[in-house]
Amino acid sequence: MKRIALFAGHYGSGKTNIAVNYAFRLRDEGKRVIVADLDIVNPYFRTKDSKEDFERAGIEFISSAYANSNVDLPALPAEIYRSVEDKSCYSCIDIGGDDRGALALGRLIPYLKEEDNYEKFFVVNFFRPLTRDAKAALEVMKEIEAADHLQFTAIINNSNLGEETEAQDIADSVKKVRELEKLSGLPCVMTTVEERLADKVKELVPEENIFGLRLQFKYFAEVNKNG
Amino acid sequence: MAEKVLMKGNEAIAEAAIKAGCRHYFGYPITPQTEIAAYMAKRMPKIGGCFLQAESEIAAINMIYGCSAAGKRCMTSSSSPGISLKGEGISYLAGSDLPAVIVNVQRGGPGLGGIQPSQSDYFQATRGGGHGDYHLIVLAPATVQEMADMTGLAFDLSDKYRIPAMILADGTIGQMMEPVAMPETEPTQYEKPYALTGKGNRDHHNVITSLSLAPEELEQWNVSRYERYAVVEANEARCEEFMMEDAEICVVAFGIASRVSRNAVRAAREKGIKVGMIRPITLWPFPKEALNKAADKCKAFISVELSMGQMIEDVKLSTECRRPVSLCSRAGGMIPSPEEVLAAIEAANEQNGGNR
Repeated sequence: MKRIALFAGHYGSGKTNIAVNYAFRLRDEGKRVIVADLDIVNPYFRTKDSKEDFERAGIEFISSAYANSNVDLPALPAEIYRSVEDKSCYSCIDIGGDDRGALALGRLIPYLKEEDNYEKFFVVNFFRPLTRDAKAALEVMKEIEAADHLQFTAIINNSNLGEETEAQDIADSVKKVRELEKLSGLPCVMTTVEERLADKVKELVPEENIFGLRLQFKYFAEVNKNG
Repeated sequence: MAEKVLMKGNEAIAEAAIKAGCRHYFGYPITPQTEIAAYMAKRMPKIGGCFLQAESEIAAINMIYGCSAAGKRCMTSSSSPGISLKGEGISYLAGSDLPAVIVNVQRGGPGLGGIQPSQSDYFQATRGGGHGDYHLIVLAPATVQEMADMTGLAFDLSDKYRIPAMILADGTIGQMMEPVAMPETEPTQYEKPYALTGKGNRDHHNVITSLSLAPEELEQWNVSRYERYAVVEANEARCEEFMMEDAEICVVAFGIASRVSRNAVRAAREKGIKVGMIRPITLWPFPKEALNKAADKCKAFISVELSMGQMIEDVKLSTECRRPVSLCSRAGGMIPSPEEVLAAIEAANEQNGGNR
């Protein structure tokens, strides 16, 4: 297992949620964990929503001082460097969506390359409008790599339709994942699934590595209920 | 039915506009609606359309003026402070009887305000927002699916009546992700004999202007515009009634406030309170008739809003002040909780002799 996990992908692919769940998984395994929020694009939905959960679990959390405030300022604090410099920790780094979001990773690239102990995951949801197929997803992948100058090392399949997701939807997405693997030459290391669906999905696609997600608290969770 | 995709409300508006035949988008980024521009920037070049990030909101709305005058379906979007900047251009569009779709994904105000959701541009939207006597057709989506459906409707109504249409959303619906089935029908084509497309063999030049220095003429323009508004008021008011059959208390809420209120109405019903909800879908024209009819049976009304109380005035006007109307609202980017709305329902029920 690599020391640093980078999560990037298209806008709204579910990176943040996966980064948060991944961090908790590492913590459950007894590791020291830092979560760094590099998302300077979307002030509405970001890792900082889980701040209290992190503190309770003893996970160190670094983000913009302005995240989730009403100040819409794309700035990152100096502490962000600890995620790459403190080698006694595992780091989960949540990168903003699309190529624009990935620009913020640039400053950490020399550290990442020098230590060479990272995974850079491409998070994809094939139910999002601009990544409906493998070809479109590959295009986004290349745009992100062109922006942050760091190649992806693996794919995470996070295909879902929100609360309406059924196990079969996820099973159906696996075909597209195989195609993306072929086009990109990268392996899909896990398929992330809401916990309620995990067992069913495992039955439908036993060859996939299923990672159960506990959904992150959402700012608007209460109004989202029962619509 | 088309296959569903998972979309943000803002993205749904952008894609639905493209589906409705919009090939010209002019905008300027502002939270919480920037995804509309970002989506258009990605999609328009691929389908031979035009995405143009203007140098300002004022520039964008004037590009809309020009594009609409040329007979093309076009859209601009912004959030509250940006819509204020567009005010002059919107008034010019109305004064020139040009169709256009303007999206306002509202945030807390006044002034620069904040970036969290709000409905405090209700007055601005329903009273026109700029100078002069005019109205916009104002649609208020409450789900991501409605963001898509109402975008198509906005283009159609705007073209049909030559009145600019506004989608009045808020930061929550703009940012929220829900499954959406995009409308698959071909866009309706409207004849636009007024459009500036070159004189050709016509016997006259088309002129589009909102300027008339002869007061008799300008008055006549206003009068005939208001005749058109009367037709819109008679034919296009839309609302949804929820649990209203035997309701004694009527909650009135639109957009995101209606989602919170729906939960509160259900909870109050479980407690035996006869309460229902009227959800205005068009804010102009306001569903006056439905509300006035409700006032025949209901003892009290509650206006639930994300503002200091704006729609409440229309509720009072529509019911001709025959019943007490209370306000349940939060402002500045806060959203009333279902519990707060439930408490308001219980209070109204108690004050108006409702039995439990």
